[in-house]
Amino acid sequence: MNTDIVKKIKNRRLRSKLITYLIVIVFYVVVQILINTGNLSSLLTGLLVPICVYVIAAVSLNLVVGISGELSLGHAGFMCVGAYTSAFLSNVVGSALPETLRFILAILTGAVFAGLFGLLIGIPVLRLKGDYLAIVTLAFGEIIKNLMNVVYVGIDSKGLHVSTTSAMDLHLEPTGKQIIKGALGISGTPKNSNFTIGVILILLTLFIVQNLIDSRSGRAVMAARDNRIAAESIGIPVTKFKLLAFAVSAALAGVAGVLYSHNLATLNTKKFDYNTSILVLVFVVLGGIGNIRGSMIAAVILTALPEMLRFLSNYRMLIYAIVLIVMMLFNWAPAAREWRERVLSRLPFGRRKAVGKEEV
Amino acid sequence: MAILDVNKLSISFGGLHAVDGFTVSIEKGELYGLIGPNGAGKTTVFNLLTGVYKPTEGIVRLDGQDITGKNTIEINRAGIARTFQNIRLFKDMPVLDNVKTGFHNRYRYSTLTGILRLPRMHQVENTLNERSMEILKVFGLDKEADVLAGNLPYGKQRKLEIARALATEPKLLLLDEPAAGMNPNETSELMDTIRFVRDHFDMTILLIEHDMKLVSGICEKLSVLNFGRLLAQGETAEVLSNPEVIAAYLGQ
Ligand SMILES: Nc1ncnc2c1ncn2[C@@H]1O[C@H](COP(=O)(O)OP(=O)(O)OP(=O)(O)O)[C@@H](O)[C@H]1O
Ligand SMILES: [Mg+2]
Repeated sequence: MNTDIVKKIKNRRLRSKLITYLIVIVFYVVVQILINTGNLSSLLTGLLVPICVYVIAAVSLNLVVGISGELSLGHAGFMCVGAYTSAFLSNVVGSALPETLRFILAILTGAVFAGLFGLLIGIPVLRLKGDYLAIVTLAFGEIIKNLMNVVYVGIDSKGLHVSTTSAMDLHLEPTGKQIIKGALGISGTPKNSNFTIGVILILLTLFIVQNLIDSRSGRAVMAARDNRIAAESIGIPVTKFKLLAFAVSAALAGVAGVLYSHNLATLNTKKFDYNTSILVLVFVVLGGIGNIRGSMIAAVILTALPEMLRFLSNYRMLIYAIVLIVMMLFNWAPAAREWRERVLSRLPFGRRKAVGKEEV
Repeated sequence: MAILDVNKLSISFGGLHAVDGFTVSIEKGELYGLIGPNGAGKTTVFNLLTGVYKPTEGIVRLDGQDITGKNTIEINRAGIARTFQNIRLFKDMPVLDNVKTGFHNRYRYSTLTGILRLPRMHQVENTLNERSMEILKVFGLDKEADVLAGNLPYGKQRKLEIARALATEPKLLLLDEPAAGMNPNETSELMDTIRFVRDHFDMTILLIEHDMKLVSGICEKLSVLNFGRLLAQGETAEVLSNPEVIAAYLGQ
């Protein structure tokens, strides 16, 4: 009987994870069918990779906001780091490596650099008790964006040249190659991203985040979130685990950036501003803080919606706003939550009432 | 040898001497009570022992090891676990996970092992589940293992806090008003549980309590605090019949 309840908890978690993967796969198959039958507008087709970018960004941000209980307002900054470092790598490597290998390397580069920036910010800030992370990440996002706007980087036989004034100041050899061109960004990045790759990266992100949450480290992160003093009283190094969650989240945001930069002929900083950080946060809040599946669904719906509503022309943003409000109510109004719990508990695979906010 | 050896422990907040020269020695396996009127400094003693506050003076030794001035995490690792007067559970996590989290430093596997679902993770998780259910059973919480801690009734939340503390496998367990908010039935049940924990886990327990029935029922020795100072100390019956104690505390 003891083991029954343990098994029940285990199975519930496993099922919850599998459902999340399944949703992604079904979404993928449906989209493929729509494409193959010519039922997906070219505008929507063009949105498929950005949708994947936002899903990865939202899921990773939820790790910080929902699971670790910290507020980050600079997620676009980590996406920016991932986008630029990976695009840089792909341009430098060029055709020296097979395409698949180069792209895998680019993904790793984006993840590692974004993760490093996460550590760099997290180490001093997460020691402090209070909402300092929000302020610092906000500043970080703006600084990274402005920095990338003025940086010129080129490469020649002598190595890397960096300047913050102009392309001329790089003093490249005639055979040298200019890669980052200030406000003009990076152009000529190989277009390695596509919907399939995007979905694979979503699944990978979900795998990492969901399994992390459902592990010893995940419990430590959530314990630190629920009650810092109690977590310390049972010997959990709170700062270390907050840092872990933050760095993993930053690295995954970096992966979103890689997907983004390898989908564009020209990469610049315009998209990596405060608005994007807030947009991703909106996905997380609307999808339900701590609810990984919810943030994923919110990201898809809210990215695709403006396009799908195009036929409504002027009423488009009105409908968009209404959808936002409805989602907000659905996820947050007490009455709606009760209703959902009641419905869920009636379903055969539903969970017992009062269980499962830690849901993965 | 004493498990806990406290010598002249003191702290002041501004001008207030919240704890002033607290000295105590607790033997292994003892059930020791710390009593005193509201605001006497009892919880502050716990906060000093567990590193939440740094003492302005005094020495704390646990099992011969000087732990004065260490932080909460180090002190828990050294072997002191506690519960809180105002319950501090991980309320958005299931009951089972609250206890499993208590085992954090006892059963380990790396983050990567967890993400990759390696065999070691399953092995450790199985042990964790087993041991956690064992502890939950002691407190009659095993049937509610899957309920969110925050949704437990008050009395059970208090018990779960003790269960979580025990999971850290401490040498000394500090309970801050474990019977607060419990009805007489629950309290007498709790007394049995505390005795069982002491015997079954070979535990040394220091507890703060206002409920005199509980104190006189299970504590072998007592210290009485009043305005941060020790008023009396010794065998329970002796202390409770001390006229000064009656005047300062019981008579009020
Ligand atoms: N962090 C703090 N800063 C200032 N004063 C404090 C602090 N912590 C405790 N005190 C004061 O120290 C005194 C002792 O408080 P403490 O909480 O230890 O009392 P207690 O004996 O546990 O009382 P109770 O029975 O009501 O729980 C009180 O006067 C309290 O206001
Ligand atoms: Mg107190």
